[in-house]
This record gives sequence, structure tokens and C-alpha cells, in this order.
Amino acid sequence: MKPEVHVALKHPGINLGSSDRKTDVAAESPVFGFWVFLMSDAVIFALLFAVYGVMMHAVAGGPTPHDLFEIKSSFLETLILLTSSFTFGMASLTMKYSADNRRRLLGWFALTLILGVVFLAFELHDFSSMAAKGGVPQRSGFLSAFFALVSTHGLHVASGSIWLVVMMVQVVVFGVDPVVKTRIMRLGLFWHFLDIIWVGIFSVVYLQGLI
Amino acid sequence: MVRDRISLRSLPQLLCVIGGLVLVLASAGCALQGNGFLNPVGPTAEAERQLFFEVTALTLIVVVPVLVLTPWIVWRYRRGNKQSAYRPKWEFSWPLEILAWGVPVLIVIALGLLLWNRTLRLDPYRPLSAALPPVEIQVVGLDWKWLFIYPRQGIATLNELVIPVGRPVHLTLTSDTVMQSFMVPNLAGQVYAMAAMKSQLNLQADRAGEFLGENTQYNGKGFQKQKFRTRAVSEQDFSRWLEHVQETGKRLDCDQYAGLMKQTLVPKPVHYARAEAGLFEWVVKKYQTEPSPACQSLTGESARD
Amino acid sequence: MTETTGLWHLLMGNLSYDALPFYSPIATVGASIVVLGALGTAVLITWLGKWKYLWSEWLTSLDHKRIGIMYIVLALLMLSRGVIEAVMMRTQQALAIQSPGYLPPDHFGQLFSTHGTIMIFFVAMPFLTGLINFVMPQQIGARDVRFPLLNAISLWLTVAGAALVMVSLVLGKFSTGGWSGYPPYTESAYQPGVGPDYWIWVLTLSSIGSTLTGLNFAVTIYKERAPGMRFFRLPLFTWTALCTSILMIFAMPPLTVATALLALDRYLDMHFFTNALGGNMMNYANLFWLFGHPEVYILILPAFGVFSSVFSTFSAKRLYGYKSLVYATMAIAVLSFTVWLHHFFTMGQSPSINAAFGIATMLIGIPTGVKIYDWMLTLYRGRVRFSVSLLYSLMFMLLFVIGGLTGILLATPPVDFVVHNTVFLVAHFHNMLIPGMLFGMLAGYQFWFPKAFGFRLDETWGRIGAACWGLGFVLAFMPLYVTGLEGMPRRSQEIFQPQFAPYLLLAELGGLIILAGLFSLFVQLWVSIRRRDHNRVPVGDPWDGRSLEWANPAPPPEYNFFTLPQVEDRDAFTWMKERGVAYLPAQHYEDIEMPRNSATAVAIGVAALLSAFGLVWHIWWMAVVGLGAAWAAVIVRSFVRDTMRTIPASEVEQAHRGWLREIAATRAVSRDEEMSAGNVGLAESAS
Repeated sequence: MKPEVHVALKHPGINLGSSDRKTDVAAESPVFGFWVFLMSDAVIFALLFAVYGVMMHAVAGGPTPHDLFEIKSSFLETLILLTSSFTFGMASLTMKYSADNRRRLLGWFALTLILGVVFLAFELHDFSSMAAKGGVPQRSGFLSAFFALVSTHGLHVASGSIWLVVMMVQVVVFGVDPVVKTRIMRLGLFWHFLDIIWVGIFSVVYLQGLI
Repeated sequence: MVRDRISLRSLPQLLCVIGGLVLVLASAGCALQGNGFLNPVGPTAEAERQLFFEVTALTLIVVVPVLVLTPWIVWRYRRGNKQSAYRPKWEFSWPLEILAWGVPVLIVIALGLLLWNRTLRLDPYRPLSAALPPVEIQVVGLDWKWLFIYPRQGIATLNELVIPVGRPVHLTLTSDTVMQSFMVPNLAGQVYAMAAMKSQLNLQADRAGEFLGENTQYNGKGFQKQKFRTRAVSEQDFSRWLEHVQETGKRLDCDQYAGLMKQTLVPKPVHYARAEAGLFEWVVKKYQTEPSPACQSLTGESARD
Repeated sequence: MTETTGLWHLLMGNLSYDALPFYSPIATVGASIVVLGALGTAVLITWLGKWKYLWSEWLTSLDHKRIGIMYIVLALLMLSRGVIEAVMMRTQQALAIQSPGYLPPDHFGQLFSTHGTIMIFFVAMPFLTGLINFVMPQQIGARDVRFPLLNAISLWLTVAGAALVMVSLVLGKFSTGGWSGYPPYTESAYQPGVGPDYWIWVLTLSSIGSTLTGLNFAVTIYKERAPGMRFFRLPLFTWTALCTSILMIFAMPPLTVATALLALDRYLDMHFFTNALGGNMMNYANLFWLFGHPEVYILILPAFGVFSSVFSTFSAKRLYGYKSLVYATMAIAVLSFTVWLHHFFTMGQSPSINAAFGIATMLIGIPTGVKIYDWMLTLYRGRVRFSVSLLYSLMFMLLFVIGGLTGILLATPPVDFVVHNTVFLVAHFHNMLIPGMLFGMLAGYQFWFPKAFGFRLDETWGRIGAACWGLGFVLAFMPLYVTGLEGMPRRSQEIFQPQFAPYLLLAELGGLIILAGLFSLFVQLWVSIRRRDHNRVPVGDPWDGRSLEWANPAPPPEYNFFTLPQVEDRDAFTWMKERGVAYLPAQHYEDIEMPRNSATAVAIGVAALLSAFGLVWHIWWMAVVGLGAAWAAVIVRSFVRDTMRTIPASEVEQAHRGWLREIAATRAVSRDEEMSAGNVGLAESAS
């Protein structure tokens, strides 16, 4: 680690800063590394969006977006996921300003987790109602592309939820120490990133499909 | 002395490499009398051959100095040669740097202009002549053979492409299997044939002869044998050949075509006196919709106008 | 393949007696070599009682140097298989002129597919990853890469991929779809067996490993440089490592997406690249080459870095045009994302699109040309020493420009129309990958070997090897340019033009000479190990090196540097030597924290291999258990707190003083004695 790193680079979720420079500097690389990982992950989503864009009209005589998508459900999913980002934000603030209050922190995490799981439940419900109308991924290129994109996001949310459980256990086992903090920070980045991706899915897939 | 030995020992190796290179390139110069575009028979291959040499010549402006100067520099500035200059700290010179960037930039500009111009001109989709109407031929890539349908004449052939000399030919290609690539190197470059899609190729033969046609995209066990004969014949011979096929060939109907879809090799060209009208369009369409239309939905008429 | 049913199917998926390689004698022999080789190695290790040593010193090590060496061992092993396959194919083509030859078409198809897949993903990638791993942290004055465990995970995922490709030689048949695996030919409609599945999971394992490697290297170079190591003081090899890493981060995901979507087609009957139901194989071509073209530069850039080091070290001169070379490297990296379409000019798109991509491709020729000229100017007015590394580098210069010429030809769409898919293209990319990539890696291997093991490689066998590779390459591929111009399609199992015979025989001879070159590499290694006491260079600077990796002993201590160096110049170590400060004790030593060994990465590798094997053979329980175990290993590891080990300052000081005492008792040698036993790694100042 380099001594000349500017302390001005603050990590929003960590209440260390100038008071504990060593940890602040130590957090620098893992967080930067995680940003790099997210860039790589973003390329995967960008390509899945591109594939969807190209295959959107490849319905091959099967059901079209109009036949399958329900705006109400996807809008509700958007609200749930956005709220979960908010609750994660509250968890970050709790970690920053009242890290001793472990119960409140776990409370926000639990709320986020519940919202994540409810989102996944809604998504699965969407998939099954699509399947009931003949909208299965095997039916056409359009549906294959739809399911690849949306389920990749869903799988990410599921992994994020597992990660959230792991971090809740770590908070209980280790307390809110610097290692746990930087991990929570990275999980936060991941969670908000998935939110942004979902906003993309909602506008590109659902809204565009229904216009 | 040790240092001389070190530098001299490596000399045979370098000479070996350079010698081998020159030898092989020289042999490339006197090209094989063969099926390549270096022995062009049509305007497209002719133009492609010319472009090949132009691009090579322009690029050699950058390549030759490297081939000449590198051996000279390492020999001149070998450690054993204490007479040569030694400037261990020298690391930059603006004039040389401008040369190192400038020459490649100029050459790429020249190549770029040439490339833009010729790529548009040699677009395989571009008709070769405005005056002469082209001979229309539909090409279906199959495992591991080529089907040629002459829609105006209502005939079809398997693994034999016959075209009149001096007339432009317009090919429309598709595949009824995996992707393939159609090429008659003496006449023109290749284009892919893909299922559910149509691609095009314009070509022309300027003299009579028999040329090799091939698939260049690997598509399984029979790939290496997926060759076809291309015959360029005079207008008269072409008409005679058409008549001959119309009289003696069999009929290409749905059952026959279903047989062609099996993975097989065809030892000899096959001629069909009558090909189902709309067969080509059906091959393209059958992949586009679900459920796909049955072949039997075709009219049962010959493709002849 | 017969369908399996019932309990057997539940337990063993599609695996049955038919999967065993008894369908042809050649396949049986190949499989036997793999099985006996693996068993033999295991027996040998047991007999020598080295399992514990292997496990605790190597397999579980998180030391970037050892990980690097393991990558290169993997690369050399896989190179052997790749070269043997190449010679088999050359032999087939030399024999199969108007005759069926000795390899049936199906087997030939597997050979060119495994050859390409292995050479790209399990020779080129591990070789460059290994070299970067070994060298880069030392060049920037770091103690390790930033994420040592992640580094080991990348290694073991790559090893898992390589193991899977070896398993495919024993159980079942590999894909015949080539290294690029174009659908719809690789769809289950046309290849229902396990072949393309092997290919998909082999690539997936490797591409995930490479993505993580790229991330790790990039973060290391950004965050772990020694004090004073500004960006414009980074050695050029590190610059190329940085650009390659950035390319890996952005270019591996398209491959992951392409193979994942193909897997969805094959496993779940979806329609991304099928002929019917809206599938479109053109999407695959775009995705694959969006990876494939940057990949070419992932492979070549580190070689350019090696050449830069070698030219400047062996002409005892500063690198000419450093900044130019850096900008050229960055320009190549950026441009590499703008040219992918030139791999399918013949797909029938509009000529202006073709022309735009053709011109973009030619633009890459500019920075590449600049690099060549800058290297020539580095040699100019130097004192050139013809070491084995330099010989490889010179052969590169002379041969690579030929490949550049044919590359420009292929970038011209109308010329591409006539030579695409012919052996002209095969000759071109081998021209870039053998003299470009592989010679760079071999030059680096000869160059840095003494640093890694503390003794020099044998010079005579090195020269024999270099001569064989150079001559073999020329003979094997120059004839293919000629037959390619004559329209000979690539991947032909049988040839029908008798006039090609002399060319193909020449190519066969070239292939055999390359095989001799490979053999010489192993003989050289063997001879060097036997004679290691004559060639020891414990002081660590056998070539009068210029960058920081030469500033520590050979082999370097686990923590690389006794004290982190202060960098003042581009040629950091030369600067120190010139001022007489290269070998001084420090005033103050610090405790050094290094990562403890960990079995996590090996566990993840094994679990990933099981999962992939289960997916190939539809053994679903195994796929699920493997995947679950890999993630479980990650989660369990996240609860381990005691991951670091402290090396006390006193121990570091003692080691440093010991080394300095050794130096004081050592005679510095002039460059004339470079190859003699007198060279123990202390260079005379001002040669």
C-alpha cells in the first residue's frame, strides 16, 4: 500500500477516514477491484441487452411482448427493487454513523433481504404466467433472449441475497470490523448495480415491449 | 575471441531463416497453374488479383526496410565490433520518430483510400453490367453438395454450375443446413450461405473452361469433398446444354428434395429437367416461421416461366 | 452414442461403455498416453515421496512467482499436445493427396478443434499469464499481486479447463466445430454428442479464470507500484501487461456470453443461434469475435513487452522511443475493439461497413509498424549480444512483418473474399502467433528462467531450439500461403490437387522441425538442470538487467524485495547500478506480511472441474454438487480470518545481509563472460 494515497478518497460506507488512515487505505484496492469486476459484469449485461435488441422481433409466429408482458407486475417489481436499494442505503448509513447498533443494522439488512426475495418471487410468478400463455424460452429467439437477460439479472439478485445472508452472519460473528465493513460496501455496490440494470430491463424490455 | 564466437555462431541461424523465407516466397512468385484467383478468368477475380498486388506493393514499403535493415543493424552493432558507435543513453529523436509514425500513416491513408474505393466497386452484391441482363441462378448449400436452380429455365443441377461465357451471372444463395461458404476462386471471391437468409454473388467468366468450385466453411465429415464443377461455355453450348437437361433429366419434387437433405456425398453431378417452382423461396421461408410451411404447399408447377 | 436409462442414467448421465476410446487405434493410443502419463506422474511423485512438498510448496502456494511458474509448466505441457496434434494434421494432409490418408474425417475434425482450443486457451493464455505473474510484481516493486488468492483461483480454474480437455481425449469425442465453434454446426441438431459441450465448458472455465486474472493484474499495476514508480516509469512489459489485463476485463465477457448462450441452445433447447424459430448465427459471430479480436492483442501485447525488454537489455541501451511505444500499445489496445467484423467480411453485409472495418484494421498497422521501427532503433548504436532471447526476438522481427503484410491483405475485403477460409488465413494467423506470440514467450522464458530458478538455461540447446522453431515455422507455413492463394480450404482432411503435394510435403517437414524445436526445449531444460551447478546466478542479475526484477536474488525471496525500492528512473535498476546504490543494506527493515498458503483455490478448481464434467455428461447431481462446493469454498473462506503470516524484520535483515556478503565475495563479470561459469549474476558496471 502506498503512503501517498490521498485521504480525500472517501468510502461512503466506512466511518474511518482520517481517524483510521491505514484501514481507509487498505480498503482502497478491494473496492477499486470490485468496481473493475462490476465493469466486466456490466459488459455481460450490455451484450445480453444487445442480443435482446437484435432478437426482439424474432418471435417466429409465437407470442409477442404485447401478449406476454404485464406492466403492473413489472412496475411493482421495479418499486420493490428500488425500495430495497433504499433500505440498503439505510444500512450503509447505520454502519457509518451508529455501527454499535448491530440490531438496527441487521434490521435494515433483513428488510433488504425480504424485498430481494419478494422481488424474485414476483419474477418467478411472471415467468410462470408467461409460460401459461405459451411464452416459454424454447418458443422463439425473442423469448430465449428475454429469459436469458431477465434471468441473468434474477440470478444476480439471488446471489446478492445469499451474500446478504453471509454478511448478516459475519456481522453477528465478527461484529462490524473493517473487513466486514469493506465487504458490506462491496455488496452495496453490487446491490445498487443490480438496481440500475433492472431499471434498464424495465425500460428496454417491458416499457418498449408494451408501447 | 569469445565475443566474436558468440556473434558468429548465431549467423548461420539467421541466414537459414532468411534463406528459407526467400526460397519459399520466390516459389510463390511462379504461381501454380491452378484454381486460385491468381489465374483469373472473370473480371471480379481479375480485379481482386490486381488489388492483391497493389496492396502488397504498398505494404512492402514498410516491410522491406525492416527485412534489410534489421540484419544490417544487428551485424553492424554486434558487441564484437568495437569500431561501431555506442550510444547507451540515446533514446529519442524527433526526425526519426516523425518518420516512424509518418510513413506508416501515409501508407495506411493510401491503402485506406484504395480499400474504400475497391470495396465499394467489388461489392459482391453489385451487378457486373448494367446493359446485359444476368443469368439468374439460385444456390442451396446442402450437406455436402450444392444445388443450383435455374428459375427462368426451370431446371436444376446438383454439383454442376454451368454458365455462359461473357454473360454476368447473379447468384442468390441460401443454406438448408449449417453455414457454408461458396467460392469459385478463378471467377470471384466467396460469400457465406446461411439458412433463413439470402446472400448474393455476381460473377462472370470471360472465357470457356472448367473451374473448381468449393465450400470453404467446415461443415462436417464430408466437407473436404464438397466440390463442384463450374463450366463456362459459349452461349450456343449453354442453350444446347439447357435443352439437353430439359429432355433427359429427372424431376426435382418434394420427395426428391427430402432425399437431398440427408447428409450424403454425390459422386457425379445430377441434372433435373424440372424443378419445383418456388423451391428456393420455400427453403428460405421454412426456417422463418413456426409452424413452417410444408413443401407440398408448393404449386406443383415447374419453375419455368 | 447409445442412450443410457434408469439408475445408471441418474448416477452416470450419458456416460457409458461407448464413451471409451476404442473406436480407433489412434484414439486408443492417445487416450493411453494421457492415462499412463497421469498415472506415471503420480507413481513417480509417490516414489520420490514428494506429495507433501508439492502440496505445501506449490499447489497451495499463493506466491505470484510460483503461480506464474505453474502456469508456464501447464503451458509447456499443453504445447506438447498441441504440437503433436499439429504434426498429425500436417502428416494427414501430406499423405492425403487424392487418398484418404490415415486419419478419418471425424478424427481430423476433432484434431483441428482441440489444437486451436488448446493452443489459444491453454498454451498462449497460461504462458503469458505465467510470465506476467512472475515478472510484473517484481518490475513494479511489489511483494505480490493485489489479490493472491484470486490469482490462485484463476490458475486452478485454468488447470480445470485444461484437465477437462485432456479428459475429452479419454472419454467421448471432442467437438469438430473448430476453436471458434460456429453454430449452427455446433448446435445439437448437427452435433448431438458431447463434443461441443466439452468445448463450451472448457472455454467457460478458462474465460472466467482469465477475466479474474485481468482484474487482478490491473488492480495490482494501478495500486501496488513501489514509491516513485510513476506510470511513465513502468517497464514496457508492465505496460503491455496492463493493456492486456484491461483487454481481458472487457473482452472475456463476450466469450462467456457467446458460450453461455450456445449452452442454453444445446441444453435447454433455446433459439439463439439455431436455424429456425428466430435464431440467428450472425449474433454468435459478432459475440465471438468481439472477444476473438481483442484476444489476438491479449496474446501479442505481452510478447511485445518481452521484446522491448530483450532488445534493450541485449543491446545494453535504453529503449528507444519509450513514450511512443507506450502510446502505440494503448492505441493497439483501444483499436482492437473496433475491428471484429473483419473476421466475417464474407457474410454479405454492405460494402461500406466492410470498408469501415477494413480501414480500422489497417489503422492497427500504424502503431505496430512504429513499434517495429522503435525496436530497430533500440538496436541501432547498441552493443548487441546474440543471446537465445535475442535470437528469438530477431526472428520475430523478420517473420512478423511478413505476417503484417498478409494481415493487411486480409484486411482488404475484396482480397479477403478470395483467401478467407483458405490455408492462407491459417498461415497468416500462425505467422502472428508463432513468431509473434510464441517466440516472445520463449524469449521471455529463456530471459527470466535464471531469475526464477537461480541458474541459466543451456546456451547450445537454446540455439538449436531457436533454429528449429525459426526454420520449422518458415517451412511449415510459407508453403501454406502459396496453396492458400491457390484456393486450398482450411480444415481439409483430403486434398484433390496433386500439384499441392510438394508444398504440403515441405509443410510436413516444417512441422517435424518444429517438433524437434519442442524436443530441444525439453532437452535444454534437462541438460540445464543436470549442469545447474555450472550455471548458477545466485546474485540475480545475469544479463546486466535494467528493470527492478533483476535487483533481487535469484531465485527471489517469497517477499521479492528486502526493502521496497525507491524508483528514480525508467531503467530503475540500471540507475541504481550506475550510482552504486544497487546493493546497499537498508537503514531500517520492516516486518513483512505475506499470505498464508490456502487450499481454497485447489478446492474450487476441483469442484469446477467436477461441475463441468457433470454438465458435459448430463450427470446432474455432479454438476450441482460441484457448483455448490465451489461457492461453499468461497463462503467458508470468507470466514477465515487468519490469512496472513508475518515475516519478522530481523529475518529479512539477516537474509539481506547474507546476500550482500555473498555479493561482496563475488567478482563482477563483463558481458564477454556472460555465458561462462564465471557469471554468477553480478554485472560489471558500465559495460
